[in-house]
Amino acid sequence: MDRQSVMEQGLVETMAAPQLSPAARRRQLREKAIAGFVTLMAFTGIAALVLIIVFIAKEALGLFLDAHAREEASLSKMFLPQVTRAGRPASFVWQPVSSVPKVSMIPLFIGTLKTTLVSMLVAVPVGVAAALYAAEFAPRRLREIIKPVIELLAGIPSVVLGFFALMVLASFLRGDSAFDSRHTAGVAGLSMALAFLQFLSRLGPQRLRERLRPLSGLLAGLLAVALGTLVLMLLASGVPHVFSFTHRLNAVVAGLALALAIVPVIFTVSEDALTAVPWSYREASLALGATPWETAWKVVLPAAAPGILAACVLGFGRAIGETMIVLMASGNAAIVSANLGESVRTLSATIAAEMGEVVVGSPHYSLLFFIGVELFVFTFTLNLIASVWTKKVLKRLTGGAA
Amino acid sequence: MKQLLASFLVVFLLALPGAAQAGSVTLKGSDTMVILGQRWAEEFMKKNADTKLQVTGGGSGTGISALINGTTDICMSSRPMKEAEREKLRSRSKTPGTEIAVAKDGVTFYLHEKNPLSSLTLEQLKGIYLGDLTNWKEVGGPDAPIIVYSRENSSGTYVFVKDNLLGGEDYSSRAQTLPGTAAVVNAISKEKNGIGYGGAAYAKGIKELKIKAGSEEIAPSTDNIKSGKYPLSRDLYFYLRTPPTGEAKAFIDFVLSPDGQQIVTKVGYFPVK
Amino acid sequence: MKHETRRRVGFALASLTGLAALLIVLMLAVILLDVVGGGAGHVTWQFLSQPPSDGMMGGGIFPALYGTAALTLLMTLAVMPVGVLTAIYLHEYAPPDSRMARWVRVAIVNLAGVPSIVFGLFGLGFFIHFVGGGLDRLLSHEELYWAQPGILWASLTLAVLTLPVVIISTEEALRAVPLDHRTASLALGATQSQTLARVVLPGALPGILTGAVLAISRGAGEVAPILFTGAAYFLPDLPSSLNSQFMHLGYHTYVLATQSPDVEATRPLLYATVLVLLMLTFALNLVAVIIRARTRRKAANAH
Repeated sequence: MDRQSVMEQGLVETMAAPQLSPAARRRQLREKAIAGFVTLMAFTGIAALVLIIVFIAKEALGLFLDAHAREEASLSKMFLPQVTRAGRPASFVWQPVSSVPKVSMIPLFIGTLKTTLVSMLVAVPVGVAAALYAAEFAPRRLREIIKPVIELLAGIPSVVLGFFALMVLASFLRGDSAFDSRHTAGVAGLSMALAFLQFLSRLGPQRLRERLRPLSGLLAGLLAVALGTLVLMLLASGVPHVFSFTHRLNAVVAGLALALAIVPVIFTVSEDALTAVPWSYREASLALGATPWETAWKVVLPAAAPGILAACVLGFGRAIGETMIVLMASGNAAIVSANLGESVRTLSATIAAEMGEVVVGSPHYSLLFFIGVELFVFTFTLNLIASVWTKKVLKRLTGGAA
Repeated sequence: MKQLLASFLVVFLLALPGAAQAGSVTLKGSDTMVILGQRWAEEFMKKNADTKLQVTGGGSGTGISALINGTTDICMSSRPMKEAEREKLRSRSKTPGTEIAVAKDGVTFYLHEKNPLSSLTLEQLKGIYLGDLTNWKEVGGPDAPIIVYSRENSSGTYVFVKDNLLGGEDYSSRAQTLPGTAAVVNAISKEKNGIGYGGAAYAKGIKELKIKAGSEEIAPSTDNIKSGKYPLSRDLYFYLRTPPTGEAKAFIDFVLSPDGQQIVTKVGYFPVK
Repeated sequence: MKHETRRRVGFALASLTGLAALLIVLMLAVILLDVVGGGAGHVTWQFLSQPPSDGMMGGGIFPALYGTAALTLLMTLAVMPVGVLTAIYLHEYAPPDSRMARWVRVAIVNLAGVPSIVFGLFGLGFFIHFVGGGLDRLLSHEELYWAQPGILWASLTLAVLTLPVVIISTEEALRAVPLDHRTASLALGATQSQTLARVVLPGALPGILTGAVLAISRGAGEVAPILFTGAAYFLPDLPSSLNSQFMHLGYHTYVLATQSPDVEATRPLLYATVLVLLMLTFALNLVAVIIRARTRRKAANAH
């Protein structure tokens, strides 16, 4: 054998595919099966979303297929003004349980918009400002306390917020405060005790100062909270002179409770957007002579703007779909007016309140499912907008490197 | 470890598929009747430990729908079933349904304690609830807007007032809808200018309105309601798909017995006989 | 403007933002104060272990606690396998530019945004009528057995609702496991599934637990999806089969607040129920936050 052929033989051998032992082949098949199974499971996420829209639309389809339903609840009846009482001008009325069902969606749209508007007007400034504080100005230890505390607020079930709005907020805004003198005295006493401890930790005897020093941050925080609560309680007696609502349960009460529900969302996402802004932006701005506030307001905030807008859009979507709070606190009257002090009836609360009494398959049943479709479409669109904007933030901040 | 415990629980749950169903009777419907239903159920179950009674509210409409849908045994309703509903029941379950009157009630209108008025005519009430009269001074009261409270459209009381007071016309769209009579009472007790309605049993902490007919002021009292003199008296019903048998019959017999009717009076309604 | 003035103005404005943060914390404190003040005296052992009596004006909330526990248990059994496996697919198996992975992520983000009442409609339309009705036809039940509200359908509805929460938490947990662990395992000859089962998942367990805890917290608190898929107000029995109705802490709060027969008499019960519900969700959220903070620190150190 000459050298050439030996080398060629070697090459040919290494070029041939390695032979798998039966055990190895079984292992490979098992791996493929597992991978396939996992992929299948992942598919359920998509399947769930698709099933939701399919089955809600299916039940709402009765509106368009059933002749009786089509007559009772046509699209024109839903969106155009109708004459509801002889001799009166055409108006928008929602009154589906009636000898002549009135199915105008307009009062429900207006109701949803009013509560959402109030909640956004309160939650956006407060949430974004708080996020700005947490991301730019707060000392690190404080930030690590604020974030979990606000996440705790996010964990409060909406039925509890609705309960709070119904029992406390409504009375508070009316002037019949739920807090009596015992509560006020208790909180005042607590504030004084905390203030005294804080005083001791700064100006007291040496030994006491040493003991209290590590707690001083906590004391300061608790003191701030106690004083703030005290101020709120004292304000309670002055409130009726500022607000005079037509109804006790109205768009403002529901909107404020909704704000409580969406502020954590807006805060968390805005704070993420703000901290994602690269440090170099801040350093450059400070180096050029800007104050920390000017840096935050004119450099960081605009840089994180799409993310903050996305946060607002997410909050908006959450506010539109929220059910329990508005069910308990909005008065549920389908009134069409611009007055925020009047009761409203929202899309979600209508479904919750009326679904129990419908006969399966009736036009009213399909109508409620149709409202569900509307809600799904609104929130889906809003989510789409929010995700597009978030992608823009990432692209802008990472210079397109992502 | 947790998975093991969990799977045990699942097997346990699956192992009793029908066990609880035997000997259970569901009652669903009128919010006006739900306390009555619960009291009856509690008393009955004390004496008959092996029958289980489930009582849920939701409104007469909810109960009737549940009866038609087949998801309840007994429907509690504070209004008679409508023809259209009987039709649906007939087409779904091939029976015309059974109606049993179990108590009497008088729909009472509530005012805040400090409201100077003590009576109104039926026409005035109708005007208020249709939205034609919007200020108390139009009916002899102070100059203040009338805040109208009503019930959700699943409520039998809602339908009863609509049919018997409003002549079938719709309520004013400015009427605030509340999910239960107790919510109405609660709202009125906090609203000086409010007016609302509900079953007679709930009136606590607020003023009951007398109905003015001619020169007489008829109060929703026991005698006036039993005799039918109070214009808004009504029967409270149980509806079933078929005439009652078995546990359902035993329960209904108890409800109609002197003991059961005594519970009616204790709760604040009026016996059917 | 002089620099000193600008600094002062800036400091004032920054303090305003601090006030905004304080306001949020304050609202939390007010809510807690009100609930604890109104309910603390009434949460006794009897309250937690007795069923309601006297037309909801006395007794306790044991059936609601049991119902909530059973509901969340079933929900967790349903959501954890699916959620964890989906996250594993997204993080471990999917190729980097996979279209399927992109669609799954889009679906999850959108699922997270669907209003909770729409989930209730989904539960009614799909689980109760379609699946339940189909089951009844298959098993030739005369009367409605599966096609009516029950704890099984309610828990499956909630499982779909909490799926995004579990997936996101699990993905975060998987990301926290250092890549080196995986590559070392593969280099030693383990297959991908072996690596997952013996190296990655044990490392990611705390994060996965966070997902479960957060899902349970949502399940205990969400009321809208169970309004017409199984929750009931007054049941003499604890739910004993998969198609029983059940009592629920959140639903009980809603009914007591809006439909109680005597508002003043049930007020203490209502406050106590809310207190129990709040304490439960807080405890769960606190556990999740702690685990998540530890996981984040581990992830930061690992990369």
